[in-house]
Amino acid sequence: MTVVHTLPPAPDVGGPAEPLLKVEGLTKHFPVRGTGFFAPKLVARAVDGITFSIAKGETLGVVGESGCGKSTTARLLMRLIEPDSGSMIFDGELVGGELSLRDLRRRMQMVFQDSYASLNPRLTIADSLAFAPVVHGIPHGEAMAAAADLLEQVGLDSATVLGRYPHQLSGGQRQRINIARALALHPRLVILDEAVSALDKSVEAQVLNLLVDLKRSFDLTYIFISHDLNVVHYIADRAMVMYLGKIVELGPVDRIYAAPAHPYTRALFSARLSSDPERRTVAVAIEGDPPNPINPPSGCRFRTRCPMAAEVCAAHEPAAIDLGFGHSVACHLHDPASGHAEARAHV
Amino acid sequence: MSDPTPLLSVTGLNVAFQTPRGTAQAVNGIDFTLARGEVLCLLGESGSGKSVTLRALMRLLPEQRSRISGRVTIAGEDLYGLPERRVEDLRGKVVSMVFQEPMLALDPVYTIGAQIAETIVRHERVSKAEAGRRALELLEKVQIPSAKRRLEAYPHEMSGGMRQRAMIALALACNPAILLADEPTTALDATVQMQVLLLLRRLQAETGMAVIMVTHDIGVAAETADRVAVMYAGRIVEQGTAAQVLKTPQHPYATGLFASTVHAGLKDRRLDAIPGAPPDLTALPPGCAFAPRCARRREACDVGQPPKIRMADAREVLCVDAVAAG
Repeated sequence: MTVVHTLPPAPDVGGPAEPLLKVEGLTKHFPVRGTGFFAPKLVARAVDGITFSIAKGETLGVVGESGCGKSTTARLLMRLIEPDSGSMIFDGELVGGELSLRDLRRRMQMVFQDSYASLNPRLTIADSLAFAPVVHGIPHGEAMAAAADLLEQVGLDSATVLGRYPHQLSGGQRQRINIARALALHPRLVILDEAVSALDKSVEAQVLNLLVDLKRSFDLTYIFISHDLNVVHYIADRAMVMYLGKIVELGPVDRIYAAPAHPYTRALFSARLSSDPERRTVAVAIEGDPPNPINPPSGCRFRTRCPMAAEVCAAHEPAAIDLGFGHSVACHLHDPASGHAEARAHV
Repeated sequence: MSDPTPLLSVTGLNVAFQTPRGTAQAVNGIDFTLARGEVLCLLGESGSGKSVTLRALMRLLPEQRSRISGRVTIAGEDLYGLPERRVEDLRGKVVSMVFQEPMLALDPVYTIGAQIAETIVRHERVSKAEAGRRALELLEKVQIPSAKRRLEAYPHEMSGGMRQRAMIALALACNPAILLADEPTTALDATVQMQVLLLLRRLQAETGMAVIMVTHDIGVAAETADRVAVMYAGRIVEQGTAAQVLKTPQHPYATGLFASTVHAGLKDRRLDAIPGAPPDLTALPPGCAFAPRCARRREACDVGQPPKIRMADAREVLCVDAVAAG
């Protein structure tokens, strides 16, 4: 199959050693109305000063429970919402500086969880796929030809699908179309926000296989956001664990899954369901629900549910500690100088 | 307790809905029984008919739009032969239900305590004070912290996990013999999901109630079920003990479903996805509904419905390839 690229792939500006994306201190606080007219204004610290980078060609998995800020992070990266502070450098170029938002969005695309809500119900599939290329200056005829080609690339029969509307397709087909649309501008980074979570298991496996294939043929980098730890283990090279707007642990998937360092990561992993009826889970790892990001706990935000919490955890917010091999954790337990009685050095 | 007749039995249940696109055959002749104290999981993907089956067991399907045939017997009574008034007596008292989304299932304008007390008063004709006392006991039983204060809470004032606990308390208010649970933990976060599953397991063991749990998640079935029935296109394609069905599935759909579920150890390997998509329920094929996606399809699969074969280990499989007991 020949690939028709009506838009040339975005150029590799910084070379292979330059991270594709560097995020520094990204923050978003949402004002929340208090209960009652004279109640003080509250602030939800959805994303609170996160710093990470992503290398060219890798897949970064982002995991965490509801309210941890993973979807807000995705929207901040796409600039669908404006950050309060923090900077983003895409392939060596400052976003909003050398790199305009229009060019950023050509290079970075997103696939959402709800395959139906993310397509315009009044546009045919062909029109949806050609829309962005036309906006970016591709002649209509060429954009239509490219749309047909893209459908074949995501495993759909273009002859039957092009003229259809979103409601005439199944959830799996629609999600393939959302992926095709994200690729229409030939981006370099694709953010997949729970993109397979709404699909049935048998269809989810098809789409995961497709994502692996497309990554290779389009030379892509993925940010893969999911609540499903098994899927992240399968698809990601590195994993980033978030809790209440903070990154608590970040590192290679093999290391984190073999030896999770943060008490929250450990709790999250031990809450995975068994698939063997003869070896069931016997005890819960942590009690309670994730707290609200409005007025989060002082110090370490996990301390209210943490079995290892000590005084220092309320007093000081833990900084990220480097454990080596690109693995870092924000927990006083791993900092011998923190003053936590159980703290131990990890060399 | 040693009553040989099952608590619930379903024979030849069919449910069809009139839709603008034609008749959707949601459930197509399923049979199963539920013994006292047993936990049965109906496992299947969207459109497999698992939730419709559950609703049929409480006669909750809209009577105008649905065509229901077959026989459902609960505690010796023919459910679809009863007058509506008697069915209302059964609901909550003998059979009760927990839904996926407690925010939609609970009444937003009454406190949790009032909703539980109302159910108790309706079925047991006790005083309001007595019902209130029982409601507090129930909230403590489902491990809601500061239960006394929570009695006065409205559903929107609680977190997702607490709401689901409150709904379980409501469902258990009159000590039902059968609890029907429709994806009770699907909307919850991972750490909370495990808490609620362990709670359900403990309550089941304490009360000895029978449970039918509907889920799409193999893990939920593995954590809770005594027996598992795998559904596809409105039929039970495989039914047996949890260990039989989850560890050595026989039906090609069950095998494919487990193979395509991502788990540890698959990294860097291609997933064994089932090709294609589930069938359109308004145009089911005359033969096996899974045949178009099945790697073992042969001519016999398309001729008529596959036979229900009882294998040597007593599990039932709906497939021409299954080997019957000698």
